[in-house]
Amino acid sequence: MLNKRTTLRFSLLSLAVMTTLLTGCQTMKERVLDSSADGQTSVELRAIQSRSFDTPDKQKTMRSVIATLQDLGFVVDKADLDLGSVSATKLSGYALRMTVSVRPGASGKNMIVRANAQYNITPVTDPKPYQDFFVSLQKSMFLQANNVD
Amino acid sequence: MKKIISSLTVVAMLAGCAGQIPPEALQFQPDNLANRQMQSRKYDIKTEKELLSASSNVLQDMGFNLDESNMPLGVIVASKSRDATDGGQVAGAILLGVLFGAAAVNYDKTQKIRASLVTKPAAIKDPIHVLVATKAGKQIKFDQPVEASNGFIVRVTFQRLVWNQRGVMTKIEGVNDADIYQEFYEKLSKSIFLQAQNVE
Repeated sequence: MLNKRTTLRFSLLSLAVMTTLLTGCQTMKERVLDSSADGQTSVELRAIQSRSFDTPDKQKTMRSVIATLQDLGFVVDKADLDLGSVSATKLSGYALRMTVSVRPGASGKNMIVRANAQYNITPVTDPKPYQDFFVSLQKSMFLQANNVD
Repeated sequence: MKKIISSLTVVAMLAGCAGQIPPEALQFQPDNLANRQMQSRKYDIKTEKELLSASSNVLQDMGFNLDESNMPLGVIVASKSRDATDGGQVAGAILLGVLFGAAAVNYDKTQKIRASLVTKPAAIKDPIHVLVATKAGKQIKFDQPVEASNGFIVRVTFQRLVWNQRGVMTKIEGVNDADIYQEFYEKLSKSIFLQAQNVE
């Protein structure tokens, strides 16, 4: 067992480590620009957040996006067909806000869907949640096509 | 030992600067399908516009204010602020106040209720598969889902944000109460009927 002194020493040590780590937190400039500290470039982030779908129909893609967001428990905040963007928020003890944009691809035969999410007050940069979202979107497009209710 | 673990946890949490997104947040769960059924209805109505305007009338009947709308996508977003005091909770708060002083007293005071309503054309169950052979002998497969000429699906979702009497947010949640959706669609059915009959 540890005695009082060791505990005190450990507490002090952890305090020191904590302070060092706090300096690792971002500055205002980094927060405004979201220039990430972990070396993730905007190209990488874009790749994580974007998928292409083989359809020329923007409206249908956007409707699928909205249906997927609703399936995942989101409530739509804003939707604009011309701009091709949808924003939605999920409240479930936490606040998860997503903006999904849909734009035609260069070939004119596909749609590029890009999603970015914010979990409470942090940007979501991990690839996994985006993978999950696009899997759900695929399923929803399939479900919509086959109307499985 | 407990102290070490707790201080390590604190350090780990600070290092991340914030919490992590729950893994199930963006995954398709079985209850998503149940919610979809609870929150959706199909109406045999000629145009999406009629359905949207009947829906916005119902939301207005329920005291919602329109925040956002997009006709081409069939989206209406509305919200309202309401009282959130609950008799039982207030009684509990009074008891706590007597026992531990006023500082311990917290009860829900106000809430903001948000609703988003989305309409979409009802697709028929199976896409029509057509195989077309071109002159060159190439087989091209068409399997586009065919939209039904009449009938649209409405899906409404509610969520609420609750603040206590000190203005601190206490709850943020989706509303998944079947009765609420049931009643909403009863109202909508009535509204569509009235609109069809041109009753002001």
